[in-house]
Amino acid sequence: MLSKRIIPCLDVRDGQLTKGVKFQGNIDLGDPVAVARRYYEEGADEIVFYDITASAEGRNVFLDVVERVAESIFIPFSVGGGIDSVAQMRAVLLAGAEKVSLNSAAVKRPELISEGAAAFGSQAIVLGMDARRAPVSPDRPSGYEIVVRGGRTPTGLDALAWAQKAEKLGAGEICLNAIDTDGTKDGYELTLTRMIAEAVSIPVIASGGAGEPRHIHEALTEGRASAALVASIVHFNEYSIPELKRYLAERGCPVRPAPAAKTL
Amino acid sequence: MIAIIDYQAGNQTSVQRAFAHLGIETEISADPARLAAADGLVFPGVGAAGQAMALLTRTGLDKAVRELARSRPFLGICLGCQIMLEDSQEDGGVKTLGLIPGHNLRFDPTMREEDGRPIRIPHMGWNRIRPVRDSPLFDGLGGERQFYFVHSYYPRPDPAYVLGRTDYGLSFASVFGRDGLWAVQFHPEKSGEPGLRILSNFYRYCRGSE
Repeated sequence: MLSKRIIPCLDVRDGQLTKGVKFQGNIDLGDPVAVARRYYEEGADEIVFYDITASAEGRNVFLDVVERVAESIFIPFSVGGGIDSVAQMRAVLLAGAEKVSLNSAAVKRPELISEGAAAFGSQAIVLGMDARRAPVSPDRPSGYEIVVRGGRTPTGLDALAWAQKAEKLGAGEICLNAIDTDGTKDGYELTLTRMIAEAVSIPVIASGGAGEPRHIHEALTEGRASAALVASIVHFNEYSIPELKRYLAERGCPVRPAPAAKTL
Repeated sequence: MIAIIDYQAGNQTSVQRAFAHLGIETEISADPARLAAADGLVFPGVGAAGQAMALLTRTGLDKAVRELARSRPFLGICLGCQIMLEDSQEDGGVKTLGLIPGHNLRFDPTMREEDGRPIRIPHMGWNRIRPVRDSPLFDGLGGERQFYFVHSYYPRPDPAYVLGRTDYGLSFASVFGRDGLWAVQFHPEKSGEPGLRILSNFYRYCRGSE
């Protein structure tokens, strides 16, 4: 049986993590490569990097980070943040990422998804979508709409329709970030997650709201998600990845056990 | 030296980085003479079978790969593994290299996971491999381990060649071949320590069979 995945998410600006990550013993690290390596050793199933750099200079610094990550960890990782052309996708994939995450640029120009899928295969294209609750209307039958620019700008797009369209266009996976629960630590948006996960046949990664291990369990069971994105719950040493996996395994959720010891 | 066959359809650099981490020298090449000089060959691949076969045929590498697979230790990964069989249902039906008898079939969306829910396609993520025969590839792995998969078609080789199985909607052959001619559906270069172990086992076999 396929394991449910735990995916730490790291925000990078100008080649450094925007916030330090605390590991056991409260070692605070700001270097994305070192942190990725630690999560890899702890049993992260995948890692997501968001580049929130604005400048072109910072972008090149970030590509260098991607290359160094690719030399240090041997699990898949994806890269998102402002990617709006096939050329940019090629640059991060060549630097060693397995997947690129498209968000605002795909809302603006949905063909970007099919262009990416044609050039690199659907397995390399993740649709990142930010959704929030909105009044049900004929244009928005699901009761959730897509927003862009970190959740500030509504697009009028229906979240469910957008997810299904992205699947048809060739997205291989959806990373679903619920704006209403993001940062609350009160749990994932289960209604939204389940609605999207049941409406598409590609895997859905739940994102936004993890504060306790049971939240992750809920997203992977009630929410029907294939994976859970985690940030502060692991970054600030509240729970380690092996602890989260043990919690899930004890409740019958299939996970990849954390590696016992480093051998190679 | 391990040669990684370059036919523009792959994750050659990911495979190269994993070998580099193990201290194993590799060369990415499309030149049959360079490939013939290697201790062993890795045949990677991501994407679609039709396009990959077209690239192989256009460059004439299909013939070279068929010959080299007979004389050198050979490891096909993901799409590379599928192309080693006779044909695939992908892209409306494609004839592939036929190094090992068998076919590639599409996962059927009506198939169900062990929890009773319909499977999602692609099969993406970590899943177990159950060894069904001994193989030098499995040395030091210690029973069932999980590996990273991404694929929408699955290999169905002649049962005599099956080395390991994985459950996803059905039980499929995730590792197959015979000594020195191996195919793995997962990505060893992206499967953490057990994946690196498979690559190092392959290298050890290559050195031992000189």
